[in-house]
Amino acid sequence: MTAAYTSDEMMTVAAARQLHNGTVCFVGIGLPSTAANLARATSAPDVVLIYESGTLGAKPDRLPLSIGDGILAETADAVVSVPEVFNYWLQPGRIDVGFLSAAQIDRYANINTTVIGADYRHPKVRLPGAGGAPEIAASCREVVVVLRQTLRTFVDRVDFITSVGFGQGPGDRQRLGLSGSGPRVVITDLGILTPDPETCELTLVRVHNGSTAEDARAASGWPLAVSPELSTTAPPTEEELTVLRRLEATKGA
Amino acid sequence: MAEIVSLSDGIAAVVHDGDTLVMEGFTHLIPFAAGHEIIRQRRHDLTLVRMTPDLIYDQLIGMGCATKLIFSWGGNPGVGSLHRFRDAVENSWPLPLDLEEHSHAGMANRYLAGASGLPFAVLRGYVGTDLPAQTDTIRPITCPFTGEVLTAVPALSPDVTIIHAQRADRKGNVQMWGILGVQKEAVLAAKRSLITVEEIVDSLDPKPQEVVLPSFATTYIAVAPGGAHPSYAQGYSLRDNAFYTEWDAISKDRETFLRWMDENVIRRVPAA
Repeated sequence: MTAAYTSDEMMTVAAARQLHNGTVCFVGIGLPSTAANLARATSAPDVVLIYESGTLGAKPDRLPLSIGDGILAETADAVVSVPEVFNYWLQPGRIDVGFLSAAQIDRYANINTTVIGADYRHPKVRLPGAGGAPEIAASCREVVVVLRQTLRTFVDRVDFITSVGFGQGPGDRQRLGLSGSGPRVVITDLGILTPDPETCELTLVRVHNGSTAEDARAASGWPLAVSPELSTTAPPTEEELTVLRRLEATKGA
Repeated sequence: MAEIVSLSDGIAAVVHDGDTLVMEGFTHLIPFAAGHEIIRQRRHDLTLVRMTPDLIYDQLIGMGCATKLIFSWGGNPGVGSLHRFRDAVENSWPLPLDLEEHSHAGMANRYLAGASGLPFAVLRGYVGTDLPAQTDTIRPITCPFTGEVLTAVPALSPDVTIIHAQRADRKGNVQMWGILGVQKEAVLAAKRSLITVEEIVDSLDPKPQEVVLPSFATTYIAVAPGGAHPSYAQGYSLRDNAFYTEWDAISKDRETFLRWMDENVIRRVPAA
């Protein structure tokens, strides 16, 4: 029998399963950091976590509340300056996976964390902005995105392209000269999406246990493509849930 | 050589109305005490520069000290929105706030160029995003050797940079360690600088991953114990995570914000 769990817990567990031993991962704070630390505490103890505060190989035993949390520096293999983390480590393509979240994502996996509303100078909602994401999305070998799926977050076109997924479609990343291959997978609280190899359009390939393709379609601002081989995500194991809850309880402690 | 002064004298000497001001700190070692002194001295028309404007910039913006912000990520780290920043951008309260928006990589390279005495920096960045259309200080540049088109961003050369560090010796050499962000580059890029420190000691025994700023590279040093609170100073204090959460409620409402600032900043002058 499987223990009860929330859709957010399922999302974090599914995201953690994307990381493997030896993967060098550039981690955003929030959902990505929680998932990356869950991976390190369960299936991927040798995943290498890099935070944009300049901590390379951070091994926190609790969840950092911010990217500058002292636990990251104290447990890192190396602590470098911010210019160095972007210029020496990210820009030349030394990082396998960029692990990002977003306020909005569109059908070509472009990410918006800048403004909601069409007028940049007079936004409906002013979001925090780019941070490290544009260059993480450009230069990591691949990108994993984790965010909750609703009509507000899954939109046909993002209001502002903060970080490029596949631009307007096939061939755009190559035309723009972006070295990384772009988003490999998007994990939500409803399921898992991957870009179609031909069209680059995000396609639902898995639903989490208890969700349906209809739920995912209803939470998407465009006619969501669904894979003919749609499968169901394995629910969280006892170990994944126990470790995740232990980590969540330490957040900011 | 750096001169050791009081915090209020240091702020009065380096920060003038209309200045371009940098206060750096990447979650760690944020110069809150210095920011509060700027608010008490009622500086205005400032162009504030920082990669990660957080609570201290939220306070400066909400108190009407700034008319422009140059930045790459403006949020309450680990918590959510900066409400005073949002109110300024969305509703022009208390003043309109002009934005010059970059990415972290772009801002870091702008400091690097400033510290290096170069007019601009080159990076692979921004391509395909909507940022270049909104930010005039992001432009394409062609490599003279390969013909590859890259991105240029101008150097940041602020009038003044203020940072907080762990300690200094009596000659004014500053020592800091832990997560150091772009503090060194920001100080070297500036015309003038003020470093607040936890303490002044006779000698700076080595620390892991330390950075030392020699006395000749800075302008003023002021002792401000706990001057990074509610952020932290590794080896001296822990981050006050609860305050970052409380700030969400304090800053959401204009009146609550003004009352808090009056009680906790304007009328709370630190002992000299």
